[in-house]
Amino acid sequence: MKIWIVLEQKDGELHRMSREAIAAAQGLAAATGGGSVDAVLLGGGIATLAEKVAGGYALGSVRVADHPNLAAYTPGGYVAALSAAIAAAAPDWVVFPHTYQSVDYMARLAQGLGAGLLPEVTAFEEDAQGLLFSRPVLGGKLVAKVRVRGEGTMLLSVQSGAWAAESAQAGSGELVTLDGDLAAAKPDREILGVEEVGGEQVDLTKAEVIVAAGRGVGGADKMGVIEDLAAALGAEIAASRPVIDNGWLPRDRQIGSSGQTVAPKLYIAAGISGAIQHTVGMKGSAVVVAINKDPGAPIFSLSNYGIVGDLHEVLPALTKAIRRAKEL
Amino acid sequence: MRVAVCMKQVPDTEARLRVHRDGSWIDEEDLAFVINESDEYALEEALRIAEKSGGEVVVISLGPERVKEALRKGLALGAARAIHLKDEAFLGGDALATGKALAAAIGKEEFDLVLTGSQSDDVGYGGTGSVVAGHLGWPHAWLVMGIEIEEGGAHAKVTREMESGLNEILRIALPAVFEVQAGINHPRYASLKGIMKAKRKPMAEPTLEELGLNPEGVGSAGSRIEVVSVAFPESGAGAEIIEGDPEEAAQVLVDKLRKEAKVL
Repeated sequence: MKIWIVLEQKDGELHRMSREAIAAAQGLAAATGGGSVDAVLLGGGIATLAEKVAGGYALGSVRVADHPNLAAYTPGGYVAALSAAIAAAAPDWVVFPHTYQSVDYMARLAQGLGAGLLPEVTAFEEDAQGLLFSRPVLGGKLVAKVRVRGEGTMLLSVQSGAWAAESAQAGSGELVTLDGDLAAAKPDREILGVEEVGGEQVDLTKAEVIVAAGRGVGGADKMGVIEDLAAALGAEIAASRPVIDNGWLPRDRQIGSSGQTVAPKLYIAAGISGAIQHTVGMKGSAVVVAINKDPGAPIFSLSNYGIVGDLHEVLPALTKAIRRAKEL
Repeated sequence: MRVAVCMKQVPDTEARLRVHRDGSWIDEEDLAFVINESDEYALEEALRIAEKSGGEVVVISLGPERVKEALRKGLALGAARAIHLKDEAFLGGDALATGKALAAAIGKEEFDLVLTGSQSDDVGYGGTGSVVAGHLGWPHAWLVMGIEIEEGGAHAKVTREMESGLNEILRIALPAVFEVQAGINHPRYASLKGIMKAKRKPMAEPTLEELGLNPEGVGSAGSRIEVVSVAFPESGAGAEIIEGDPEEAAQVLVDKLRKEAKVL
């Protein structure tokens, strides 16, 4: 089995999930009876990082594409550079971290190569018929088991947190140049700039207690129960993405993959189902309380305490109970 | 601007889901289906672009008969016509097989722009739009949070969401495929007049032959991955569920937060 990993980097630093992808690829190699694990690193001015990776992890080689065309990420540049090299080497698997950047171009790369695509893998196991991969479906409410069929390269991405970065095996690999004509790997767009969303006026990362509202709250005019509970607790108010998209709260209150990542002492999730895009931003919380009318909501599986019920009845009762407790 | 919108019909994410007896997928009987959330935003964005530039919007969906309901909603909201890929051979595809069929239908006509949602709320592969772009040889962008068509219509200024609260501002040549992120706009509601008018709007049902496709290359047969089973995640290590009416449960929770968890 020949396995490649496409590492993601920005400004000469590895993306946190790149190390998780190394761990996943090493695990896949071990499960399929050994074989080679090689990493690919794309960018511009990344010689120092490439040396660090080659000296840091148990890899066959680190194939480096260091070119001004790849200094800033564009699908045009990345797909062209990777297509030529993957087509030439024909690895069985190419493992990506499931980041916003990977998802932006992986499917396109697979289409151009005639390769297969298996995004957002959280685990794999082996049975009599071969490998069986797990991935979330229906907003994380269920887990699907997926089998790969047919011949040829498969592109696979691994979900954040599914493999521990610390379990990536240390060692070293040979530093080589990625095959292909990088001068022809031209950006297919002009990058005009990068801006901060909403300016991050509110820093939720320092909050000790957070009351987070989800779609289940039901409307901007129904946020009172959240505000009352937050006031009783002295907590910050936050939200999952649907609340922000609906304009019930400003964008700088968003927790999750496109918002802030928090780790308070107490996180109360009200009317939040627990899609992975939200939970990556709050799973470091010390104590999580979930209130949701759906007992099957995934949020309960990573909470310490749960109440199944209508948040518009539970939250006022909770606010009262907290005020009573504080008077004691 | 002639804008095509690829929309998927998915189970209502608020619905109580059950696994089908055979374990292969959820039980779709009695399940409510809706337009995929980010696709609704894509449709609204397409309507706004077409209204501003005096063009038309065509809604396209791949799926069984029930998908017509989603297409009719698209027509009621203002799309001029619909294309329904309903042949059984199209169904059950991964992002690559579905994208191939959609691209064949889009490639039959002349569009300036294709919009779709960034990810489906059911299987969530997040790549179908990029596959469509690959087949058409057009640029694409995923997680698009803003589209401004430049004067003359040869380029678009696109805002794309990145990680950790950053947006990237791009200038991309048209035609292109943009995969829209939920929250880009505020989708409109259908008017009664729109709903009545939708009944008379055309809905094409192109066949595999008309699109020049082989049944082996699309749908489930043309896919490299196969979902063999679904299950609810094991929640053994999950929350301690506190029972009782809201007052009782709230009091027990507060006691536990004070004495057990010691966070109050």
